[in-house]
Amino acid sequence: MPKILDQPRYVCALGAMQTVQGIHRGVPILHAGPGCAQKLAQGIAGNNGDSGYISPQIYPSTNITEKETIFGGEDRLKETIENALKVVDGDIYVVLSGCTTEIVGDDIAHVVGEFSDSEKPVVYVETAGFKGNNLEGHQWVVNAIIEQYLSKKPAKKKIKGLVNIWGPIPSYDPFWVGNIRELEALVESLGLTPNTIFGEYRGIDNIDKVPQADFNLLVSPWLGLDTVKLLETTFGTPYLHLPTIPIGAFESSKFLRAVGKYAGVDEKLIASVTDKKEKEYYYYIERNSDIFLENRSMSRRFSTVTNAADALSISKFLVNDFGLVPAKQYITDATPEQYREAVSQYFKEFQYGIEAQVFFSTDGYLIDEDIKKNDYFGAPLLIGSIFEKKLAEKLSGNFLAVSVPIKERLILDSSYVGYRGGLKLLEDIYGYVLRKFN
Amino acid sequence: MVVNLKSHQSENRESRLGSITGYNGTLRDLHTQSGCGGPQNKERCFSQASLCNAACALGLTSFIVDAVIVQHSPSGCAVTAMTVSNATDQLAATINLDNSKSAYVCTDMNEADTVFGATENLRKVIIEIHKRYQPKAVFIGASCVSGVIGEDLESIARELHEELGIPIAPIHCEGFRTKIWASGFDAAFHAIINHIVKPPQKKTNIVNVINFFGGARKEITEIFSRFGVEPLFIITNTTVEQLSKLSESVATMSTCGTLGTYLGSGLEEAYGVPYIRSLQPHGMAGIESWLGELGKVLHKEKEVAEYLAEEKEKYLPKILEAKKKLTGLKAVIGMGPAFNFNTTRALQELGIEIEYSAAWHFDKQYDDSKAPNAFQYLVENSPNNYKMSVSDLQNNELLNILNTVKPDIFFARHTGSAVWAMKLGIPAICLYDEYAVFGYKGLYNFANAILDSVTNRSFTENLAKRVKLPYTDWWFKQNSDYFLKKEEVNNA
Repeated sequence: MPKILDQPRYVCALGAMQTVQGIHRGVPILHAGPGCAQKLAQGIAGNNGDSGYISPQIYPSTNITEKETIFGGEDRLKETIENALKVVDGDIYVVLSGCTTEIVGDDIAHVVGEFSDSEKPVVYVETAGFKGNNLEGHQWVVNAIIEQYLSKKPAKKKIKGLVNIWGPIPSYDPFWVGNIRELEALVESLGLTPNTIFGEYRGIDNIDKVPQADFNLLVSPWLGLDTVKLLETTFGTPYLHLPTIPIGAFESSKFLRAVGKYAGVDEKLIASVTDKKEKEYYYYIERNSDIFLENRSMSRRFSTVTNAADALSISKFLVNDFGLVPAKQYITDATPEQYREAVSQYFKEFQYGIEAQVFFSTDGYLIDEDIKKNDYFGAPLLIGSIFEKKLAEKLSGNFLAVSVPIKERLILDSSYVGYRGGLKLLEDIYGYVLRKFN
Repeated sequence: MVVNLKSHQSENRESRLGSITGYNGTLRDLHTQSGCGGPQNKERCFSQASLCNAACALGLTSFIVDAVIVQHSPSGCAVTAMTVSNATDQLAATINLDNSKSAYVCTDMNEADTVFGATENLRKVIIEIHKRYQPKAVFIGASCVSGVIGEDLESIARELHEELGIPIAPIHCEGFRTKIWASGFDAAFHAIINHIVKPPQKKTNIVNVINFFGGARKEITEIFSRFGVEPLFIITNTTVEQLSKLSESVATMSTCGTLGTYLGSGLEEAYGVPYIRSLQPHGMAGIESWLGELGKVLHKEKEVAEYLAEEKEKYLPKILEAKKKLTGLKAVIGMGPAFNFNTTRALQELGIEIEYSAAWHFDKQYDDSKAPNAFQYLVENSPNNYKMSVSDLQNNELLNILNTVKPDIFFARHTGSAVWAMKLGIPAICLYDEYAVFGYKGLYNFANAILDSVTNRSFTENLAKRVKLPYTDWWFKQNSDYFLKKEEVNNA
């Protein structure tokens, strides 16, 4: 099979400009073609918040033309950074290079190096589109901020109980803001102090606090491991890696117990928190169980077609919390080879010895063809991106878009994380199921 | 004549039409400077991200219901596939078209490809998608990377055309080729004229209507039936077969001069299909010119006059009523040139005063070597010689202007523009639908949309109170053309 991206569900490394924009008052400066920013934003964020304090139309950009492909664009980059610092009111500026400027050999590190004494920090990341995808780019941006900015600041004292939380990727996770806030709320419920750098009004102040945390909490199957390891070597901060973003009562309580235990929180306190939350959660479940049980159109088995993080967390919820049995799960984020075995293993650790087979592919057509061969013992439930909609309709199945490209829904502060996130996910799944005759 | 169909690609607008992206002055000064090789373009020493001509070229082409786009690029360029996903299905569903033979895929170029080239993978991908979707044509989308490393798309296209027996059309829309994203439309149309359109077998009663998404399909079909012709809205929601017969149509017209020029002039040059030069159908003068010129070509002047008289009778009193309330409002407009000039004319018909106009680029001429009618009309008829800039979607310039002028309302059309005026407390309308000001009725609806926007300012004021703009105080103290380089650049 040739190298083919059919139904693309990620973009190139430059897509990490969304990570910079996700930092309040962070400013991406693009050394790239004129349209990279707007295109990437429209495709990833779509109608789910690609604007804000800044937006792609605000990003300073060298807007490379034929001239720079011949004569190089270093001077152009230099004047763009100089003026960006004068015009755009930000707290941290991140220079991101694109394909053309890297192929013609512009020395971006050298140009950015000339701004090492500027009042506001300027860091750079090589994000040429051909070097990787936006998931990797996200990690490179965070790591660049650690290496080029944080590591150069004088060391500060640790803050007791401060926990950095890493996981959801701005914009690429359409629910990123809500999800991060919910992770904060879970950590806070244990009496700890969460520290996150993305979303409203966190920004540079929270970035500055990163080295002061007791530990780093990574909630993601594989992405971000480089970051927490880097933080360990740079600042000596240990990390706790929990592969599953918790959705619903079962995983959320498991999450709280794991974090609480790691942080040395009193077991009784943990138990009182989980008891209270579970009680609240089951109040709603109890009231609506009839709908779940007395229903002609809900599926028995499901497949997720999405990135490793969402595939894992949604599967865990539907199996460990909601009692469904998984069919094959499809992971579309080009998970690097070295992590695939571990990720597959996570899908073998459901309750009651239930396991799910995992299929890694970036070719949506092959995935569609494979899904058609599965036996769902009735209507399948397909959870993925808008690309699964037509197939779900064709198979008379149920469908929910949760990852990019998502379309047909507006997400403001919704989240699928935590106890409430589980309820929200059920609301959305049944929002589709109940459209049919029941 | 500047449409060169012998070349394998269209020239960009900068060199083909002398189009510019940097100017600051007034409406009539821009006109004065447009003679004898001018106006001269001015570069900027600071710029913000604008748009990519590949997005225009491939975004539009991806709505052809039985063609596949293969973008020869890293994954990021093919983000357009995500952008149009679902939208292509939704649009096809509006007229019950089957688009199962369409797709938008990418060769996902990586670092090794930039060193060793990847035409072999491109070839395999095209063969594979031909198996998967059985498209009636394949468009190969170029990218910055394929351009810089010199991939030979033409040879691949030629060979696979032989092998697969369907048109394989490269679209030369490398991102660095032009600052004027509309050059992407030209690149796509060049590929369509050269690879898809066939010589006419017969003449039909079809009028090619070059537009974006056919929003007024029903209305225009009804109007045209009075003149004995049928509109074919191109190129979205069409089949390759329909496009192959564009040469048989009785005429071509467009709802956007920027969009239509290359295809309209190209079809006229290659196959003698008359391209109707007129104002675009915004407002009263617009619809009179648009249909009036069509009437002349079809020899249906009487029928056109009858239709226009009916519309006038129905809507003119209402429009004049609304005009009373709107007269004296001051506006700033920021759009691509064609929509800018046509919307400006419609606003002036409503008694609204344009204080400042920002056009994202400026074509002093179209492919027939004549100045755009809509620009010429304003030069001759605008009540005031308003200030004008050509500003490449530069948000810092626009906000500087809005902050200085403080108009009653701002008119935008591009994604992500309108909100920035609202953050300054200025109500804004985004004319997202290209038919929002179509004819008399459109003008009447538009007038009321404006009234609503300036009457209920709650959203604007609530937002403005709570946000801070991302620009420094220093910037707001500069002139908006601060970053335009003083030396002029000659395109030619």
